Amino acid sequence: MAVQVPRLVPRGARRRARSLASLAEALLTPHGMDRYLELVDPMLVRREIRGVVTGVRRQTPDTVTLTVRPSRAWRGFSAGQYVRVSVDIDGVRRTRCYSPTCSEHGGQLELTVKAQENGLVSGHLHRHAAPGMVLGLSQPDGEFTLPARRPEKILLVSGGSGITPVLSMLRTLVDEGHPGEVVFLHYANTAADVLYRTELAELARRLPGLRVVLAHTHSGGGDLHGFFERAHLHRVAPWYHTAQTYLCGPLPLMDSVRATFEADGLSEQLNTEEFTPPPVPADGGATGQVRFARSGRETANSGKPLLDQAEDAGLRPEHGCRMGICFSCTKLKTSGCVRNARTGELSAEDNVEIQLCISIPVGDVEIQT
Amino acid sequence: MTGLQDRLTPEQVEEFGREVDELRQRIVSDLGKEDVDYIQNMIRTQRALEVVGRGLLFAGFFPPAWIAGVGALSLSKILDNMEIGHNVMHGQYDWTRIPELSSQRFEWDTLAPAENWRHSHNYVHHTYTNVLDKDRDIGYGILRMDEGQKWHPYYLGNPVYATLLAIFFQWGVMLHDLEVEKVVKGERKVSELKDVRARILRKAGRQLGKDYLLFPLLTGPLAPLTFLGNATANLTRNLWAFAIIFCGHFPADVESFTEEETESETRGQWYLRQILGSANIEGGKLFHILSGNLSHQIEHHLFPDIPARRYPGIAGEVRAICEKYGLPYHTGPLRKQLASVAKKIVKLALPGGRTEPSPAPEPATVRRERELTAA
Ligand code: FES
Repeated sequence: MAVQVPRLVPRGARRRARSLASLAEALLTPHGMDRYLELVDPMLVRREIRGVVTGVRRQTPDTVTLTVRPSRAWRGFSAGQYVRVSVDIDGVRRTRCYSPTCSEHGGQLELTVKAQENGLVSGHLHRHAAPGMVLGLSQPDGEFTLPARRPEKILLVSGGSGITPVLSMLRTLVDEGHPGEVVFLHYANTAADVLYRTELAELARRLPGLRVVLAHTHSGGGDLHGFFERAHLHRVAPWYHTAQTYLCGPLPLMDSVRATFEADGLSEQLNTEEFTPPPVPADGGATGQVRFARSGRETANSGKPLLDQAEDAGLRPEHGCRMGICFSCTKLKTSGCVRNARTGELSAEDNVEIQLCISIPVGDVEIQT
Repeated sequence: MTGLQDRLTPEQVEEFGREVDELRQRIVSDLGKEDVDYIQNMIRTQRALEVVGRGLLFAGFFPPAWIAGVGALSLSKILDNMEIGHNVMHGQYDWTRIPELSSQRFEWDTLAPAENWRHSHNYVHHTYTNVLDKDRDIGYGILRMDEGQKWHPYYLGNPVYATLLAIFFQWGVMLHDLEVEKVVKGERKVSELKDVRARILRKAGRQLGKDYLLFPLLTGPLAPLTFLGNATANLTRNLWAFAIIFCGHFPADVESFTEEETESETRGQWYLRQILGSANIEGGKLFHILSGNLSHQIEHHLFPDIPARRYPGIAGEVRAICEKYGLPYHTGPLRKQLASVAKKIVKLALPGGRTEPSPAPEPATVRRERELTAA
């Protein structure tokens, strides 16, 4: 049932505040209010979302857990979703997706980042995160969420750092005092690699219907041993046929759980979230497909610059000089890797702007045009 | 005058292009945090000057406050347009992926909307630099700035038009994007300009609204003084921008080109044309900053998308390359360049000019080349 929150601010005052804000926007045109407010304090921005780190702890040697207080534009998230987190490294803003690990109830965010080998952002956060650091945040995104009417029986399966979205679901269910049955099955190499050990035990105490099961793939000491197999399901959640299952973890775990559910005809009840590894650009050679998302056109990569490929596909993207100087052909690359024809530099990050006339696709690429 | 194609042999021009490319590559790979810090500091300075300037005008009844306010606001507008806006909108900071520094999103404190300007400036002017009938910055559609433009009695008013353009420069830049002369000639349809026009109305409305309505009204009884102060700041910026920009391409020795000369240019030939078609202005550090480093117009035209703060640092190398290939490197102090531009404006008001290519001294390299073949 929806609860009517009493209005603390009278309606008239709100309207006045709003018209003051739009007057300020008009006075501060063309740059807008945020560009002035952030000079006073980066957390004052109104349209964009920032987060200030308020706590840092290191649960395992290769992870860092951050508590983040988002700025006012943050509207909350649903457990299981992810946010885009940005930091400036050597002058370049880098963005990665992380799933908050906290309950969706409550205003703070908790993020756990595993330092990847050669991971630019994860490595930077692992080394430099400290209270007071300001991060860029996006509104949350992603379909991997619990339905609004929570299922009665819920099986949560995760592996390694795939624990993050699933733990968020679990904490949310605990906060809600979920009356049904919940099993949280988590895979880690050894006991030392289990993130959130103490929290998990605490959660199990708070929710009577919850069982936390730790599976160690490389050592003894846990509730289960070895990699996922069907027998694990029968042991920890024999009712899994009648449950909704949420799964996130490394690819081999995902594959074997998927295969099991498929064999049982239960694919519909299995909800998954994949951590797609960054695409590895194939060297040389024109391979893959180029997709122009807005028009829905798709062509086989011919190895020519994207502007030519778009035109060959019958599109007329805006452009000017065709030599990389005027930036008229700048478009958003939503996924895939391109090589800059002038500098040879590879760009493999999702959601970055590129110049079509001097970008050559390497493998599959998707462009927002 | 030596044609563009005969300045250097094809081999030389390629070699020259490679050298310039190497220079570019070296800077591109060196870009980093310092460049971002620089521009962000510049932005901070500009915003502070703006706030201080606007604030002082609230005390505009006190003459020193009014003068200081107008000064700060003028500086703010100059920085915003030159060192920040012009350069950010060139994509010089797109590599940072910081939205506030993105060429596609930045909007500047002047009447012309960024999007229109990116087309007319970044694309048209920088691709077709000093190519007659292609580069619309030659004369901005109103002046006769090149001998190759056919004389017409209308041009008797050249000095008057130039003066008006300097005073109302931001209006000139705004209307420039409408490409009126192309519409008159039938090269563009009015309907194609619908978007351009709509953007102008929206942007200009906001700009005029804040400078000439909202801020004056906010100062209550001081409204006329604030109005005058804002107008003065805009005027100062206009005159300054006009001066810097006209000195970049129109001093006496700067060359212009025909479309035929520039057909199917290689990258090396394009670089060559940028050098021959631009001129620098000498001055101190502060002068360079206030000019948006367009005092290094030659470096800017070679590398329009490299952060402008790098231009002074590479000017020596560019000059050395020019000397090596026997190319001119046009430069001089502001007063010399301004005088040269003024002279041209007056001279071209009158009939005359080149119909035949005028003889110019052969560049050393071509001469050497000929001597070698003769030998
Ligand atoms: S068309 Fe000018 S940069 Fe691509």
